[in-house]
Amino acid sequence: MQRRELIRQLVQKSCELRANILRMIHAAGAGHPGGSLSVADIVTALYFYELHIDPTNPAWPQRDRFILSKGHACPAWYAALAERGFFPKDQLPTLRQLDSMLQGHPDKKKTPGVDMTTGSLGQGLSLAFGMAMASRISGLGFRVYVVLGDGEVQEGQVWEAAMACAKYKLDNLVAFIDRNKMQVDGLTENVMPVEPLAEKWKAFGWEVREIDGHNMEEIVGVLDWARSIEGKPVMVIAHTIKGKGVSFMENVREWHAKAPTDEQLAAALRELGVA
Amino acid sequence: MLGLSTREAFGQALVEMGAKYPDLVVLQADGTKSTQTIHFAERYPSRFVNVGIAEQNLMGAAAGIASTGMRALVSTYGVFASMRACEQVRTFIAYPCLNVTIASSHAGVTPGSDGPTHQATEDIGIFRTIPAMTIVMPADEVATKALLDQALAWEGPVYVRLTRGPVPVMYSQEQKFALGKAIQRRDGTDLTIIALGDMLCWAEEAARRLEREGIQARVLDMHTVKPIDKAAVLRAAEETGAIVTVEDHNIINGLGGAVAETVSDGCPVPVKRIGLADTFAESGAYEKLLTKYGMSPEHIVRAAYEVLKMKK
Repeated sequence: MQRRELIRQLVQKSCELRANILRMIHAAGAGHPGGSLSVADIVTALYFYELHIDPTNPAWPQRDRFILSKGHACPAWYAALAERGFFPKDQLPTLRQLDSMLQGHPDKKKTPGVDMTTGSLGQGLSLAFGMAMASRISGLGFRVYVVLGDGEVQEGQVWEAAMACAKYKLDNLVAFIDRNKMQVDGLTENVMPVEPLAEKWKAFGWEVREIDGHNMEEIVGVLDWARSIEGKPVMVIAHTIKGKGVSFMENVREWHAKAPTDEQLAAALRELGVA
Repeated sequence: MLGLSTREAFGQALVEMGAKYPDLVVLQADGTKSTQTIHFAERYPSRFVNVGIAEQNLMGAAAGIASTGMRALVSTYGVFASMRACEQVRTFIAYPCLNVTIASSHAGVTPGSDGPTHQATEDIGIFRTIPAMTIVMPADEVATKALLDQALAWEGPVYVRLTRGPVPVMYSQEQKFALGKAIQRRDGTDLTIIALGDMLCWAEEAARRLEREGIQARVLDMHTVKPIDKAAVLRAAEETGAIVTVEDHNIINGLGGAVAETVSDGCPVPVKRIGLADTFAESGAYEKLLTKYGMSPEHIVRAAYEVLKMKK
């Protein structure tokens, strides 16, 4: 497939994901649209370009692993899993409802394709570290991908894991930071500054690259580049916009955790061109 | 006969388990010598992961490994396993019900002169309230080897509580162990003493003293605190009518709490709990701490007389 055609299809996919994210949160009456929309392009690239997975065999031992450390953005993950065929799309509107396979935060026991339970912040990198070690020890040789939020790196455990991944030279591990610059109480730099982020990860022994987290070409490019790195874990700092794709949600703090009304959903879908 | 400490027995047994379970990965947060995983580390370096002084990462890493289908065992002090990394155990090991064995050393006041920062006296209570957790404490070196094997074969997380100093050998090599099944060490009809881990030897010492005074105490080794052997507890309540529990742990929400809950649900009889009386201990020699904090054989005997008086 032509590179340009691939990118065009991925961009189209991410648009469908965004629409489903908003529909799900609207149906649930609760959820986190801001962080789900900011991470949508990265999740799209992972699920429709990068990951070696088999939707007909979610437990395939050699599959690549994905961990959404910022578990509150799970609508993006669920939308991708459904689109990829891990479960029927008609399950999406059951998000957060009693007896649903789609919990408010990811639950590996309930959702096909969810490799690890998350939701409590600052944990995903430790889980990824363990999986990447298991890949090496078992000889299965799969790769591990993890997405962290930027506010999340305020948790001390992230740096415990950062040290460990570098010590064990885990070049089968790729981490993204969804750098949308906002957390519940406001801008990360006001609540608790995380910059200089790239320098921190470099100092911890990681190979670091910064990209525009909404430029599909750059995301795909960085995934290709990450495969060429040897002897170090890879950190991709993806500069993103909270609420990306819906103008009235972009960079507006209250959309961190709020469901759209009927009118807001309709307006958002029109903007995404899927109404 | 004084034998190995349960942590030393664990260290030796772990090497055997490395051969028995080729998918076993051992993780440690520094201190390989004090928790005795050093033998496994030397024998199986490729299956040993030292994460440094970082217990939260330790638990997360174990969860990650177990999520891929391998067997993970983490080793650290009981205080750090249950408190520093409590949420990591609860949300990432117990909630997904992963096959992680948490082997904790230095339980109760056994760290002695190290003082309360290193004495795990709340760990059972903390883990009892977490769904899916199984809690085990062996009484001696024989029990340690047998129960470690069962813990590794168990589906879901298991907390194995180990102690610091040498303990008497209580069991012969022929003894059979099963997780969740108490072992009756002595029969008796006047009351039952239910003991946990290294306190079993003190409970039996108390039972011998009671016998000299004409009182027949049944003694149970409740090596599995959760799920507790309800049948054995209720049988003790029905047949002996009075119970004393003995543990080196806060009397709140430990073995005594579990026994009292079981008895009140099924067959209410008087229960006296021997253990730390909701207090921190202090630095000091292990046996002197037992005496000062009310956990010596004398205290067990006294508690036995108290429940006998309360018996209908």
